[in-house]
Amino acid sequence: MKRNFLTILTVFGLVTATAVGCSTDAGGNNAIKIATQSPLSGSSSTLGEAIKLGAQLALEENQEKFKKLGFTLELVPFDDQGDPKVGVSNAQKLAADQSILGVVGHLNSGVAIPASSTYENNSIAMVSPANTAVELTEQGKKSVNRIVARDDFQGPAAFGFATDNLKAKNIFIIQDKSAYGQGLAENFKKVAEQKQAKILAYEGITVGEQDFNGVLNQVVAKKPDLIYFGGLYGEGGLLVKQAREKGLNIPVMGGDGFDSSDMVKIAGKGVKNTFYTSVAADISNTSEGQNFVKKYQAKFGDKKSVQSFSYYGYDSMGVILKGLEDSITKNGNKKPTREQVRDAIRAVQDYQGIATKVGFDAKGDNKYAKVFVFQFEDKYPGKQVGVIEKQ
Amino acid sequence: MKKLASLFSSSRTFQSVLILLIVLCTSTSLYLMDKSVTSFLLLLFSFLLLYYTTFSNWIKWGAGALIAFAVIPVAASGGPSQQVYMEVAVMAGIYIAMALGLNIVVGFAGLLDLGFVAFFALGAYVYGIFASPQAQALFHNSSIFPLGGESFWLFIIVGALVAALFGIILGVPVLRVKGDYLAIVTLGFGEIIRIVFNNLDKPINITNGALGISGIPQPKLFGFTFTQASHIYFLVLIVLGFVIYAVRRFEDSKLGRSWKAIREDEIASQAMGIPLVKTKLWAFALGASFSGMMGVLFAAKNQFVDPTSFTLLESITILVMVILGGMGSVPGVILGAAIISILNLQILTEITLFLTQNLHVPEVFSPAKMQRLLFGLVLVGIAIFRPQGLIPAKNKTYKIADLKAKLSKKNTKTKETTTSI
Amino acid sequence: MQEILSTLPQVLLDGLTLGAIYAVVALGYTMVYGILELINFAHGEIFMAGAFIGTALLFTFVDIGLALNWLTLILVLLLASLLTGVLGVGIERIAYRPLRKAPKLIPLISAVGISFILQDLVRFIAEYKTGNYIVTGQTVFENKIAIPAFSIGGYDVHASAIKSNTLVVIGIAVLIMIVLDIFVNRTKWGIAMRAVAQDRDTAALMGINVNKVIALTFFIGSAIGGATGVLYAQQYATINPFIGFILGLKAFTAAVLGGIGNIRGAMFGGLLIGLLEVFAAANLGILTGGALGAEYKDVFAFIILILVLIFKPAGLFGQAVKEKV
Repeated sequence: MKRNFLTILTVFGLVTATAVGCSTDAGGNNAIKIATQSPLSGSSSTLGEAIKLGAQLALEENQEKFKKLGFTLELVPFDDQGDPKVGVSNAQKLAADQSILGVVGHLNSGVAIPASSTYENNSIAMVSPANTAVELTEQGKKSVNRIVARDDFQGPAAFGFATDNLKAKNIFIIQDKSAYGQGLAENFKKVAEQKQAKILAYEGITVGEQDFNGVLNQVVAKKPDLIYFGGLYGEGGLLVKQAREKGLNIPVMGGDGFDSSDMVKIAGKGVKNTFYTSVAADISNTSEGQNFVKKYQAKFGDKKSVQSFSYYGYDSMGVILKGLEDSITKNGNKKPTREQVRDAIRAVQDYQGIATKVGFDAKGDNKYAKVFVFQFEDKYPGKQVGVIEKQ
Repeated sequence: MKKLASLFSSSRTFQSVLILLIVLCTSTSLYLMDKSVTSFLLLLFSFLLLYYTTFSNWIKWGAGALIAFAVIPVAASGGPSQQVYMEVAVMAGIYIAMALGLNIVVGFAGLLDLGFVAFFALGAYVYGIFASPQAQALFHNSSIFPLGGESFWLFIIVGALVAALFGIILGVPVLRVKGDYLAIVTLGFGEIIRIVFNNLDKPINITNGALGISGIPQPKLFGFTFTQASHIYFLVLIVLGFVIYAVRRFEDSKLGRSWKAIREDEIASQAMGIPLVKTKLWAFALGASFSGMMGVLFAAKNQFVDPTSFTLLESITILVMVILGGMGSVPGVILGAAIISILNLQILTEITLFLTQNLHVPEVFSPAKMQRLLFGLVLVGIAIFRPQGLIPAKNKTYKIADLKAKLSKKNTKTKETTTSI
Repeated sequence: MQEILSTLPQVLLDGLTLGAIYAVVALGYTMVYGILELINFAHGEIFMAGAFIGTALLFTFVDIGLALNWLTLILVLLLASLLTGVLGVGIERIAYRPLRKAPKLIPLISAVGISFILQDLVRFIAEYKTGNYIVTGQTVFENKIAIPAFSIGGYDVHASAIKSNTLVVIGIAVLIMIVLDIFVNRTKWGIAMRAVAQDRDTAALMGINVNKVIALTFFIGSAIGGATGVLYAQQYATINPFIGFILGLKAFTAAVLGGIGNIRGAMFGGLLIGLLEVFAAANLGILTGGALGAEYKDVFAFIILILVLIFKPAGLFGQAVKEKV
């Protein structure tokens, strides 16, 4: 009994002792914090980290400017682990920190939707660099914005390109059964059905699998002239690789989930004749883009390759800081409230980011969101082969 | 340290002074400071101290209820972090109840269940489907659906029943399988449920597939909506109180003793006349029902369910709670569940933030990523060094004399009644 | 029907490849279960560790300028299986041996713990070294072999291709199985292993060093598991630390299907599960008219497992064991 008590006491002592060092204080009155929420661990951590690093770069570049206004800027990165529970719990945590005035996040719509309720309740502005799920902005939340195109724009855009430019008539759709993949594939399928294209099959695979030969055999049997894949580069790369090994040389098309340097690494030489839609134009050849890559790798090391999500993270943070600046001026150079920042961000009309122009409509969707179509040759990023504007 | 411990266990005045002091100090500092994880944890620590006092059970329960219902919510309401503490407390409460459910299956009956989260998912989805607009997609042009937040109270029970029903449906065939095979079969079942929920968007859209169900209403009572974590907190407390009470009662019942007998020796207990399958089924059904109940609460709190919340890691997490606390020990399991869930939701993220922000430690080393390693170490460490857990299970001891006295009392009573007729 | 038949040769070949991998991993489960009556949950992770060790070795070989050919592959296979074999023995020594007399639940929990530790350790190392734990490695045999279109009895079979590595995987897996079968049935150590599996105490009385035999079992089981990991990494090129768990589960299903403890049964079970899985993924959509798709293939694997355990717990080739009282 006594010994038990002692063990437990020491266990608890240790736990609390470690926690003591961690109780962070609120900081000075003129500290403004912006949070990021993206998966920094788990299977999509490459993308999540790109968002965080992009946002970090934008924030650090603006620190000087805000210092002149009398404010210190600080980044608080949260790891949502791609898990809704963790995302919501983090959202509560950052809501409690009154100096946090905005959030860049999330990567997964499945996390963004439940977390956005918490942001809305606490009037924290959220600018999403990645979520394409339609529902996110459909609930009329004042604090939810995104700079990327929605699935119901990306899907039809992809379909238009597939039928017009690739002359696809018989399409085989595969999706990875994740919230992202399903949303994308379903919107593609919806348009295809309206336009009376022939959908040969609508199949699902499992995230984390390595062997897609089963589904690919079905593709061989049905002889489509295009595979549309809703999912991320991890499975997409393997799927493309194994399709080529089977002698399937038909075009494969995907969404912005293919938009990663790992896609080329995984798919290898087979990546040729693979297409993807993305919301960011290819800026790697422009001086701005090369400049960005230089800054990025100087800061975070050569190991961190620049992803498209680095641009999105950078631009999302840019939009938040623009709104923040506007609200500070409006407030007579005093620290603005969360509500003021939220409304100022929604009011942003033509912010020129590095990857996209941003202006929000009444729902918080980006008016200027375009969809660009890329073709992989043998390196990342692919060659830009088409642009689709919003109708 | 030793002196302190012996002083603690011998003097009741010391006990009450210590607890009062801790509660007072921590709650005032929690109330006054903006954010103080330490005082919140120490405040929770007072429950553990309370457990080790030598007061009678009534006083312990009363004091515990007072701290849980009054001191914590008031103390937390001081700063802007109120909802954070409440969020953590709510999740901890949900996990404690689930761990207590799993404890019936693993701890009392000795059946290793690695797919326990399936029942949690069932509860969450039952409420999610019928109370949200998803029901309208399912039952076209029906005016009853969606049921709305008032139906939450009904669904707490429905969720428990559905989970129990699935527990039995799974149990009937599975319980013929023994020991370690059972672990694998339940693991398979857990995965099947998750995969099926992930794919039931076609041919008929029941679960909305991987997109999950959003727009689940929050509980409503007489026009009041439980919107904040601090509102849900009281709900969780009430449910948790019920669960603890029920588990305690079951443990010492005839059923509870049969579970333990089966755990120790199946053949011997069968020879003593315990119906094996029926007893095991009860364990499965009851354990599952607690989990289903918490699933409903979880769905109502998050207003969103999707299959990613119900992975194998989740099942293992609940198992780690039970093993860490002590299999078969109700206070132990409560402690284990509290430690692991607070560790997961609060301490690990705080430490990670601290390390990456203030010390600029690279992301790779952040402890929040090491969750699996940590759980693995806990499992192996406990298995090798302390298989009975932090607070080992105590079997109630019966004295023959007491039992006889009880029996004769009963007999005389029945005799009296018979003579009076 | 036409659609199913037109890809049948492909399906069979893909199924055999996957099945061969399951079969060799299943051997590890079956050997350990036969001797300790313990489901070695960590075996899937040993397989995964083999895949990572093999990939790392190939990277180092390329760095020091060795050419990639069949000789380097064999060298990598031997080194990786040696390392994973030692890993297996270490795990047995640390996490299982102290628990040999404990209630059955306890070593199982320890096994689950070890499997989590291995996953996270490998993840950590990979992430630390490369910045990402999804690792794409070198492949030794990459050329494709084309299969021309042909028709039998009026059914057209589509033209397709396989890569040469597929044949390497099947070849080496079969070789491992044959050697193991001879080892267990014909050698002195093999006989000792079977004796310990049958009755540990009596075997000890007959002068067999039980601890040594158990360690040897772990070494062999883990070594061939690790070697399969290398083959797997060769076949699919991209690996992550979590490939072992579900694959291990399916391999365990295979072991149960063939009768756990039965080495030939495990081989057969592995091939059967692999074939069924690929067949289901390729044809479920066609058979059900699109109502159920390839995403349900894992459900089928688990349902097979549950059905076998319930109706024929001894498996297809196993002998029913009476409970020791």
